[in-house]
Amino acid sequence: MKSLLKQISLAAMVGLSTPALASLAYVSNEKDDTLSVIDMETLEVVETIDVGQRPRGILLSKDYTRLYICASDDDTVQVLDLATRKIVDTLPSGEDPEQFALHPNNRHLYIANEDDAIVTVVDVNTKDVLAQIDVGIEPEGMAVSPDGKWAVNTSETTSMLHWINTETFEIEKNIVVGQRPRHVEFSRDSKIAWASAEIGGTVHVIDVDSLEEIRKLEFRVKGVNQDRVQPVGIELTSDGRYAFVALGPSNHVAVVDAKTYEVLDYLLVGSRVWQLDLSQDESLLLTTNGVSGDVSVIDVADLKVTKSIKVGRYPWGVVIAP
Amino acid sequence: MTLAQYWHCFVGIQVREWLRFWQQRTRFFSALVRPLLWLVVFAAGFRAVLGVSIIPPYDTYITYETYIAPGLCGMIILFNSMQGALSMVYDRELGSMRVLLMSPLPRPFLLVTKLLAMGMVSMAQVYLFLLIARLLDVEPPDWGYLAVLPALLLTSLMLGALGLLIATWIKQLENFAGVMNFVIFPMFFLSSALYPLWRMKEASPWLYWICQFNPFTHAVEAIRFALYLQWNPQAFGITVLVAVVLAVLATAGFRPQRTRILSSGGKAG
Repeated sequence: MKSLLKQISLAAMVGLSTPALASLAYVSNEKDDTLSVIDMETLEVVETIDVGQRPRGILLSKDYTRLYICASDDDTVQVLDLATRKIVDTLPSGEDPEQFALHPNNRHLYIANEDDAIVTVVDVNTKDVLAQIDVGIEPEGMAVSPDGKWAVNTSETTSMLHWINTETFEIEKNIVVGQRPRHVEFSRDSKIAWASAEIGGTVHVIDVDSLEEIRKLEFRVKGVNQDRVQPVGIELTSDGRYAFVALGPSNHVAVVDAKTYEVLDYLLVGSRVWQLDLSQDESLLLTTNGVSGDVSVIDVADLKVTKSIKVGRYPWGVVIAP
Repeated sequence: MTLAQYWHCFVGIQVREWLRFWQQRTRFFSALVRPLLWLVVFAAGFRAVLGVSIIPPYDTYITYETYIAPGLCGMIILFNSMQGALSMVYDRELGSMRVLLMSPLPRPFLLVTKLLAMGMVSMAQVYLFLLIARLLDVEPPDWGYLAVLPALLLTSLMLGALGLLIATWIKQLENFAGVMNFVIFPMFFLSSALYPLWRMKEASPWLYWICQFNPFTHAVEAIRFALYLQWNPQAFGITVLVAVVLAVLATAGFRPQRTRILSSGGKAG
């Protein structure tokens, strides 16, 4: 009995000493110049933070202490301290930054400058611009492989993936894909890259070793006109089981078997679904729905949309911090 | 009268209704064809129409199939209740109805029990429909199937009482086609069964107000909310109120001797 009491009191103490810090999701609202903060337990917006003009791409530092925000119309990248949720710094970014990617070294930030047809590499600690790399017209998507070897940029008008060597900051290969490539996502083992082509309506699966396309995926959503099926954001589960593809104004997210490349299902979400992010335990997937101004929550185990949460106007990017 | 006698009568009427159902199995299944056609054919064409707004009780965007499923549950009950209530007064059932009303138990009890028995059969159809709908991706939460039960029962009571009232008071509506045109169709179409009320409001404020005053709207909403485990006191309250008022009016006004066959057979019950 005594030992039981002891256990209970111990459990209570442990419970008190480590208050359950709910994981938070951050959503950039392009038209409101704000971030909406969503509590991942209650799935409600708990805070709205004012940031720079036209926030689009957002990402977390590798140690989850900072959030980087592309303030596109301010031509800068803002740094939000996650502990205080205040803007603490800005980084040079080149003009009109839209998407960016952080190297696993937690220092090199690769920023796509849409208007200037360049990719700017910034050291986030020293704020030095390490390189400006000429790429195709209207660079948009940006990704760095988890092993840190490759940075990939997509240029919308040239319809190419530019493979940048992260040691030399030189382009080593260009791969032509479908029209208007928007987003690249690497598998956790850095062996496969997935690239979405918005107007082409396709997703291209690239083998990273050979830098060759191994598969082209197409999507058909029941009851939706084909020209509205526009793939943008991609998110992969770490177990290599699923790829989720946001299909823009078709208002659906495609669930793809990441091994067989078969489309398993289409899930109805809000209008013009744009970007995606998985929770830390990968049980939930959040989608930003630009036109309807909300975030849909997908239960990954059930592959069902369980809720849609109202956020600001034109939500663009989403990241979930632990 | 003891409670046991009431119970005996209640069970008797229920059993008789199920026996009748068993003898009319084909009618049972053919009545399912109508809502399923709506779900599969009609809803498919409107699939992308509704994904523009989130309305309670739904937490996210839904397909049109999902939206109209509760309305189609209401439709099953609507058709069954009207058909059943009319047959209570006019059909060849009359013989057995007369026997039933000869029971010494109070007539309102007998009539409400009869309505409940018909409701039970409707409910079997509704559940079968919901099961098939589940295969077609209309997937309410599991507990919703249980929570919807009171709403379904209430709806069938309300509509059964309405059917009884119509059958008793309006002799011109003897044929079922007339009831279809003047009761069932307007009730079904001028409700939230097919379109959410905000859509109606956009189309015409008049339509919106007619829908608001249609008790079937509130019955459908009570079913919809219960199916998704939410409590809608307004819809539920209005349905209860209308059910009680109609049941009182219908049982008070129920005069089987006014009908043709019984007019020569003397007073029953």
